[in-house]
Amino acid sequence: MSTTTLFLLTIGLGLASFVYGRSRAYAIAKGNGGVKTLHSLPSHYGMMVALWCALPALAVIIGWKLLEPSLISNMLDTAIPQTVLDGGEKAVELYKNDIGNIVDSDKLSAVTDAEKKIAAERLTNLRSTSSLALFVLALVVAIIGAVIALKKIHPQTRARHKVERIVNFFLVSCASLAILTTVGIVFSVLFESARFFQQVGFLDFIFGTKWSPQTAIRADQVGASGSFGAVPLFLGTLLISFIAMLVAVPFGLMSAIYLAEYASRRVRNIAKPLLEILAGIPTVVYGFFAALTVAPALRRLGESIGLSVSSESALAAGAVMGIMIIPFVSSLSDDVITAVPQAMRDGSFGLGATKSETVRKVVIPAALPGIVGGVLLAVSRAIGETMIVVMAAGLAANMTANPLEAVTTVTVQIVTLLTGDQEFDSAKTLAAFALGLMLFVVTLCLNVIALHVVRKYREQYE
Amino acid sequence: MNTLAASDILNKPTDKVTSVPDTAQEAFDKLTETVGTPTVENPKMQTRNVNVFYGEKQAIFDVDLDIGQNEVIAMIGPSGCGKSTFLRCLNRMNDTIPTCRVTGQMSLDGEDLYGADLDPVLLRARVGMVFQKPNPFAKSIYDNVAYGPRIHGLASNRAELDDIVVDSLRKAGLYDEVKDRIDAPGTSLSGGQQQRLCIARTIAVSPEVILMDEPCSALDPIATARIEELIDELRENFAIAIVTHSMQQAARVSQRTAYFHLGKLVEVDDTNAVFTNPQHELTENYITGRFG
Amino acid sequence: MSALEKTSSSATTERVKASLTKRYAAEKRFKFYGIFAISASIAFLFILLASIVSKGLPAFTQTYVKLDVSLTADALGIPENATRDELRKANFSGVIKSSMRERFPDVKKRKEKKELYGLISTGAQYDLFDLLIENPAVIGTDVSMWFMADDELSAVIKSKADLTNPDSLVTRLSDNQIAWAKDMQDAGEFDVRFNSTFFENGDSREPELAGIRAALMGSAFTLLITFALSFPIAVAAAIYLEEFAPQNRWTDIVEVNINNLAAVPSIVFGLLGLAVFINFFHLPRSAPVVGGIVLSLMTLPTIIISSRAALKAVPPSIREAARGLGASPLQVVTHHVLPLAMPGILTGTIIGLAQALGETAPLLMIGMVAFIVDIPASVTDAATVLPVQVFLWADSPERAFMEKTSAAIMVLLVFLILMNAIAVLLRKRFERRW
Repeated sequence: MSTTTLFLLTIGLGLASFVYGRSRAYAIAKGNGGVKTLHSLPSHYGMMVALWCALPALAVIIGWKLLEPSLISNMLDTAIPQTVLDGGEKAVELYKNDIGNIVDSDKLSAVTDAEKKIAAERLTNLRSTSSLALFVLALVVAIIGAVIALKKIHPQTRARHKVERIVNFFLVSCASLAILTTVGIVFSVLFESARFFQQVGFLDFIFGTKWSPQTAIRADQVGASGSFGAVPLFLGTLLISFIAMLVAVPFGLMSAIYLAEYASRRVRNIAKPLLEILAGIPTVVYGFFAALTVAPALRRLGESIGLSVSSESALAAGAVMGIMIIPFVSSLSDDVITAVPQAMRDGSFGLGATKSETVRKVVIPAALPGIVGGVLLAVSRAIGETMIVVMAAGLAANMTANPLEAVTTVTVQIVTLLTGDQEFDSAKTLAAFALGLMLFVVTLCLNVIALHVVRKYREQYE
Repeated sequence: MNTLAASDILNKPTDKVTSVPDTAQEAFDKLTETVGTPTVENPKMQTRNVNVFYGEKQAIFDVDLDIGQNEVIAMIGPSGCGKSTFLRCLNRMNDTIPTCRVTGQMSLDGEDLYGADLDPVLLRARVGMVFQKPNPFAKSIYDNVAYGPRIHGLASNRAELDDIVVDSLRKAGLYDEVKDRIDAPGTSLSGGQQQRLCIARTIAVSPEVILMDEPCSALDPIATARIEELIDELRENFAIAIVTHSMQQAARVSQRTAYFHLGKLVEVDDTNAVFTNPQHELTENYITGRFG
Repeated sequence: MSALEKTSSSATTERVKASLTKRYAAEKRFKFYGIFAISASIAFLFILLASIVSKGLPAFTQTYVKLDVSLTADALGIPENATRDELRKANFSGVIKSSMRERFPDVKKRKEKKELYGLISTGAQYDLFDLLIENPAVIGTDVSMWFMADDELSAVIKSKADLTNPDSLVTRLSDNQIAWAKDMQDAGEFDVRFNSTFFENGDSREPELAGIRAALMGSAFTLLITFALSFPIAVAAAIYLEEFAPQNRWTDIVEVNINNLAAVPSIVFGLLGLAVFINFFHLPRSAPVVGGIVLSLMTLPTIIISSRAALKAVPPSIREAARGLGASPLQVVTHHVLPLAMPGILTGTIIGLAQALGETAPLLMIGMVAFIVDIPASVTDAATVLPVQVFLWADSPERAFMEKTSAAIMVLLVFLILMNAIAVLLRKRFERRW
């Protein structure tokens, strides 16, 4: 019995108990002198029965499914030969994977190794037992729930309140999921980072200037100090983000000013959606564009004037990232510029200022906090942007401020360290989480400040 | 009593307004010429046959009016009567509204306001404006006042600019209150102080005429009294046109009063004459508070 | 004498007049900067699109080569009435090679033969296999069939290049190959057709056999999970925050949190997925179900924020009216507010899903970068998604893969444009002004 089927079955049971519960409520009402004698509507009683029936069962199924893999894996230990067990955790893990593959691909008959065959059979057994047990348990829970709820159907039961309390609880949990996500992010990067910092010193990581994680993959070199110095990555990230801002801020801000202050309605109606398209293009497309169109073009251009431009130059990645961020800056600035009260513009015009003087000397200074907030958000986006740099910036951890050379960034390294097959515990993979922690902390700070500034700004003119 | 929104009145200028007694309404419909004396000798500004349209709607009908040297002229009338619209034409502030169209002749010292020779920037430097709600810029008190002189290049050095700022603040009667915090943001002042700051900002450019669009409507009585005093003092150096809702204010500060009704200039004369002996029925109704 | 009297009115006039030329020049310059910025931004968009389309269009066609093959049981190395398994092992490539040799009998040298065989795609043998399965009667006969050309040859033929002048071609084809191609072209043995393979196949090492079907299905499954999770949760959260939440610290924290989450880099969500769902809960790697969960966590804030805006736009008078009739708070929301806000909520959801469809980075973290040949059939099968396929192909050196990458991007963009168009239509169609 597959989980999906069981899931659907439970929901079907829930629906059935809704119908049955409702008809029971009608029947009881009839005996007592009409629906009006009931505390709640019959459908509320139906809902109550349905929720009592389906919710516990669904909880059982989800809980079971979450715990099942590790439980089965532990129980499989008894069927694993001692020789493998002696080989340490990794060998066992590998062996178990092997067995899992055999069972998954249904090749039990083709297995010649007797020990593996036993283990595979054991795994098949465990799995079928588990799914049968789950099936029975879920059904029993559902039925018990439904029966208890059915007994509760009488005119005094405040079914609507009960149902609404459950729904309210559901709403609250959904809203709190955002918190849970944040907590999840913090814990997942924090735990792995903590393990990383047991192997590599925190200060070595933050202030080290040499980044070469590849040398540390051999067991005897784990934690070799100096090879996890993240400064080149930070500098590379800053360089590329800086180039991106150099493109995005002037273009985005001037576009916003033009659209908000100068453009006719018609121009705005055309230009704004076009900018939105620019914002909607997936980053991987920008990455492709940067790597295969912009970078070679820059290289050729550099060659023609006698400059050596790396084929993975920071300039190409940064410029394309800047283009990507233009609509972001422009729409945020547009919002804050239009929020500046017209009275302020009138005051300036009334003194004889031209439009550009009004914009430059009155509107922009007034909108400055909001614009700064928007730019901070854009910086946070540039720092966290991944695909463009993965595709167009290099892997070489150079410490340079020359935009024509290749640099690497925090996000590029996270992707490089975590794609491909590594064991999970090596310093190399854990380093990715330490980088992720840095990324999260920095962008979070930027976001908090930026959102606060923008909010304060909005309140000022509301 | 039946109340009508300003826009309704604007939309149907010939419809009967129920709050106006029938005889007065008839008189209004017949009105083609302003009662009183719209012209003065040696005027600072002159307007003749001015019509203003917003798109298809006409907001001002054939207004002739002079503004004399060193006088305060008050424009009164019910909401939506077009007095603010008329005022905003006098320094071409209506240019910023795309649908607005102005016909007729308007001049400043004999120069056509809408002529090719007169630049709107220059015009607004010569005809300053103070708005209904105080609208200081998001800058310091000093920078608010220095804004005009700076953009127009009126001061050749810092000392001169300082002089202009201090002098303007003095003239606006604000200097003593703010001299210790001249670098504080303009928005940190109280409403009345903000409005005086806006007046200081306007006179810092040394305009010839100051237009005031209900400058006290957002202020409390004490602040209002302070501004009215100020207006009286300013008359020495400037010609002032003030739009106001308050008849008492008009009576207190102005030498001449113009009464507008539904886009027409009904009556204009010496303030005393208008308030004590109105010639037109509509004016009388308004002044005696029968509608408005 | 006061400063104001010094700068008397006439002095003002003079000074302002003197400054006007310069100020109007500055005005013009400033306006020009604005026009320049906006037109440059739009130009970037068109350059980007033009570069993608011009690179990608050729991928939608494919060159086919006409070849006469003799399908004798002998040459195929199969017995009479061969079963499916026996057919699978038949020597199709031998048959194709020998017909190539027949077509060009002069080719004798080993190296040249190899070059010759290289003109036909390795996928040709599967076409033959399919033919025999479908119609076993052809065994023992000679048939004339159109086979896919190799990617390099295909590119040259598609570009309608002049084959008589090999030096002018930018290709990896050898001069021999070009000469043979010229011969075949003259004999009319090439045909350029719509490349249906591109939409039917999964990934492949051979550019001409690679398709986006697997990635499309992966994207569909992932998006399905994302929608199924994020839509109900986001709507519930929005309803709670907008309609029921008390004004207290907790609500404030939740609000700030949601706004912040919307700005957290997507790759961080990938790290979350890797650490929690794969390493802790042992969910399968590379599976759309994990991708969908991660993407739904990522799109939740977007949908919540726009759903709240939609709920806020429903005027309070409607709530009061319903409450006045004795509806419970929950009934007010489910019967009145929610239906009215639904178009706005759906618009926000579609935009959120469009974002998820284009997302790449977090999926790399959870192993959806696998080389997927088989088309995934369920949400737990190993799969990749369209943007990741783009990323994978973009790395391949073959020119034909560059075409494919651009073509895959075009398909991706078409889907995104469709989704956004639906969102815009929905907004226009159901927009209410209260």
